[in-house]
Amino acid sequence: MGKIKLTPPTGATPITEADLHAYADHQLSAARRAEVDEFLNARPDDRRRVQDWQQQNLSMRSLLNPVFDEPLPLRLPLRPVAIEWPWRSLAAGFAIAVVSASSAWLARGSLDQNAAQLAARTAAPFYAYNDGALSGFARRAAVAHVVYSPDIKRPVEVGADQEQQLVTWLSKRLGTEVKAPTLQSVGYELIGGRLLPGDAGPVAQFMYHDSTGQRLTLYVTREVPKQSGQPETAFRFGKDGPVNVFYWVDKSFGYAISGGSNRDELMRVSKEVYRQLGQS
Amino acid sequence: MSSQDEADIVACIPSLRRYARGLTADRDRADDLVQDTMERAWSRFTLWQRRGEVRAWTFGIMHNLFIDQVRARRSKPEQSAIEVFPDAPERATQSDRLEVQDLERVLQRLAPEQREVLLLVGVEEMSYAEVARVVGVPLGTVMSRLSRARERLRAELQGREMISKIQRVK
Repeated sequence: MGKIKLTPPTGATPITEADLHAYADHQLSAARRAEVDEFLNARPDDRRRVQDWQQQNLSMRSLLNPVFDEPLPLRLPLRPVAIEWPWRSLAAGFAIAVVSASSAWLARGSLDQNAAQLAARTAAPFYAYNDGALSGFARRAAVAHVVYSPDIKRPVEVGADQEQQLVTWLSKRLGTEVKAPTLQSVGYELIGGRLLPGDAGPVAQFMYHDSTGQRLTLYVTREVPKQSGQPETAFRFGKDGPVNVFYWVDKSFGYAISGGSNRDELMRVSKEVYRQLGQS
Repeated sequence: MSSQDEADIVACIPSLRRYARGLTADRDRADDLVQDTMERAWSRFTLWQRRGEVRAWTFGIMHNLFIDQVRARRSKPEQSAIEVFPDAPERATQSDRLEVQDLERVLQRLAPEQREVLLLVGVEEMSYAEVARVVGVPLGTVMSRLSRARERLRAELQGREMISKIQRVK
C-alpha cells in the first residue's frame, strides 16, 4: 500500500494515508483520532480531501438506501430449501451409511438408488468386495470424510464431551434413534459428530480417531430407496482415491465407514460397528 | 440450523440488496445476484460452522459470485463495453437527482474490485479487516483499493462540477 510519507507533527507515530481514511470512516481510536485531527488542522488540503471522502460516503448511501424501501423479489429464498423437503415422510426404506468417501452429498439423484440396489441385491455373503467406483450414499460418505477428517480445529460440530446431546440432536434431526458406536475395543475413540445434508435430507457423521491420530468416519443415512421388502445386509467395499469405504444397508439404514486405513483395518472396525448396531 | 442462524442470514438481505445495487447499478442484475447469494448461502450453511460472522460470510459469497461475473464479462470484451458504461438517458433526470445519478455512473466506471471496497467501507460501514475477509485480500490491498477509488471519484466528480459550472455560465 502506498503510504504517503508525512512529517509527524510531534514525536508521535507518523500519520499515514491509511490513518486519513480511517479518520474519515470513524475507524480510529479516540487517541489516534485526536492526533490525526491535529495533523489535519495544519493541512487544509488534506482536511478537504477527507471531507470529500466523507461526502462520498453520504452520497453513496443516499444513492443506495432507497433500495431498502423496495419490495423483496418474490423468488428470493428466505429459508433453507432442504428443511422443507419431505424426508420425514419417506417411509421405511431408508438406510444409514457409516463409511465415508469423498464427494458425497454433492452428488445427487440416482446414485443412492444404485448403491442401495447393489447393497440389497447381495444378501447371502456377510460381505462382498467391490473395488469399483463408489456411488450413492457410499460416495457421499467418502466425500464427507475427505472434507471433514483433515480439519484440525473443527472436525466435528459437537464434540464427544457432549455425546449425549450429540446423539439426541442427531436422532431428532434424522427422525429416528441414532447411536454412536463405542469403538474403544477396536482402538478408536469418538471425536464427535455432525449433521450433513444428504440427497434429500439430513444424514449423520460420527468421527473417530486412534492413538496415532488416524481418523475414520461413520456415515449414517436413511436415504436408501425402498426396496421390495428385503432388508438384506451385505458388506461392500469400495474406494475413492485414498479413501477406503465399507458400506452396508441394514433395517432401512445405510451405513458407511470411511478412512485412509487399509481394507482389513476398516473391515475389523466395520464388523464391530455392525455387531453393536445389530444389538440395538 | 437454528432459527436464530436463519434469522441472522435473512437479516443480511437488505444490506446485500443495497450492496448488489451499488455494484451493478442495475435492478435485475442486482436481484439476480442477491438470489444466487441466498441460494448458495442456504445450500452451504452446514459447511460454514460459524467460522466468522454471518455478515462477512454472506457478503463473501456475493463477492465470489460478482467477481465470477466480472471475469466472465472480461472474457467477452464487446459485451462488457456496453455493460460497464450504462447509457445515461435512461435514468431519471430531475435536477435534484442529477448529482446522485452522476455518482452512480462514476461508480460504475471504477474497477469492480475498487467499487467493492468503496461500497463495503462507505455504505456498509464495515471495518477494513472485515472487508479484507469478505474480499479475500490482505488489509494493505484493501487500503490501496480504497484510496484509489476515492481519488478517482474525487477527480471525476470535480470534473463534472466544473463542466456544469461552465455550462451554467454559457
